[in-house]
Amino acid sequence: MNIVRWNRPALSAWPSFGGLSTLRNEIDRLFDAPLTELARASQFLSGATPAVDVFEDKENFVVKAELPGMKKEDIDVSLHDGALSISGERTEEKVENGEMYRSERFFGRFQRSVALPASVDASKIKAQYKDGVLTVTLPKAEEAKPKQIDVQVN
Amino acid sequence: MQTTLDKQTNHPRPEEYVAANVNIFETQEGYVLQAEMPGVGKDGLEITLEGTEITITGRRSPEPVVGEPLFRERNTADYRRVFELDPAIDTSKVSAKINQGVLTVTLPKSEKVKPRKIKVD
Repeated sequence: MNIVRWNRPALSAWPSFGGLSTLRNEIDRLFDAPLTELARASQFLSGATPAVDVFEDKENFVVKAELPGMKKEDIDVSLHDGALSISGERTEEKVENGEMYRSERFFGRFQRSVALPASVDASKIKAQYKDGVLTVTLPKAEEAKPKQIDVQVN
Repeated sequence: MQTTLDKQTNHPRPEEYVAANVNIFETQEGYVLQAEMPGVGKDGLEITLEGTEITITGRRSPEPVVGEPLFRERNTADYRRVFELDPAIDTSKVSAKINQGVLTVTLPKSEKVKPRKIKVD
């Protein structure tokens, strides 16, 4: 599966000759991404649906979500019908007697679900929150693990 | 300028960064800047004050690669953002801390420009 989320163009220094290839990549990416991806990735919504990465190895699925500035207690991780759901609420960090100068951060409720391609052992799910990144490790259920079967050939 | 080789074309290109989302507040004492940099720890931070500009760079801590990626949305580029400083800021007193991927920079105004009440005798 090759799904690429649209990201705002990266900040870079003044264009040199390399700038053109960046532009070309950006245009390629726009045409590659389905429209729903584009709509979802608009800045207004991106905070409410945190960006996630999903990895798979023989034993586990690993889901990583970007949730900067949360308290551990305010993050809910749950598994329902083979889908991992990450939700929570980010409360605004107000500065006392401060006047807002620039406001780009998202506050409020967010929710994100990831359908897992195979069944997992719900009792062994582990989650860790570090540097604003939530890492959920979901061990695969026995029946979903790849098995080596030795076939006797006579 | 730092450059890296573009893998496809082998031409040097400027290093790519993503802009961190920020909130900025102004108080009587100074400014408070909050920047979201998930994946950046204390060691990956670099804040430089030069002339009238402040540059914030956040390098993501290396994450061990687990198996095969099925789905990727997170940007892997480091964060960088430059702001112009209010001349009222006392650059020798700027302080910063990072907590769960949110950087908070405190930029106090120098004593001279802080509002002061004068008592009339």
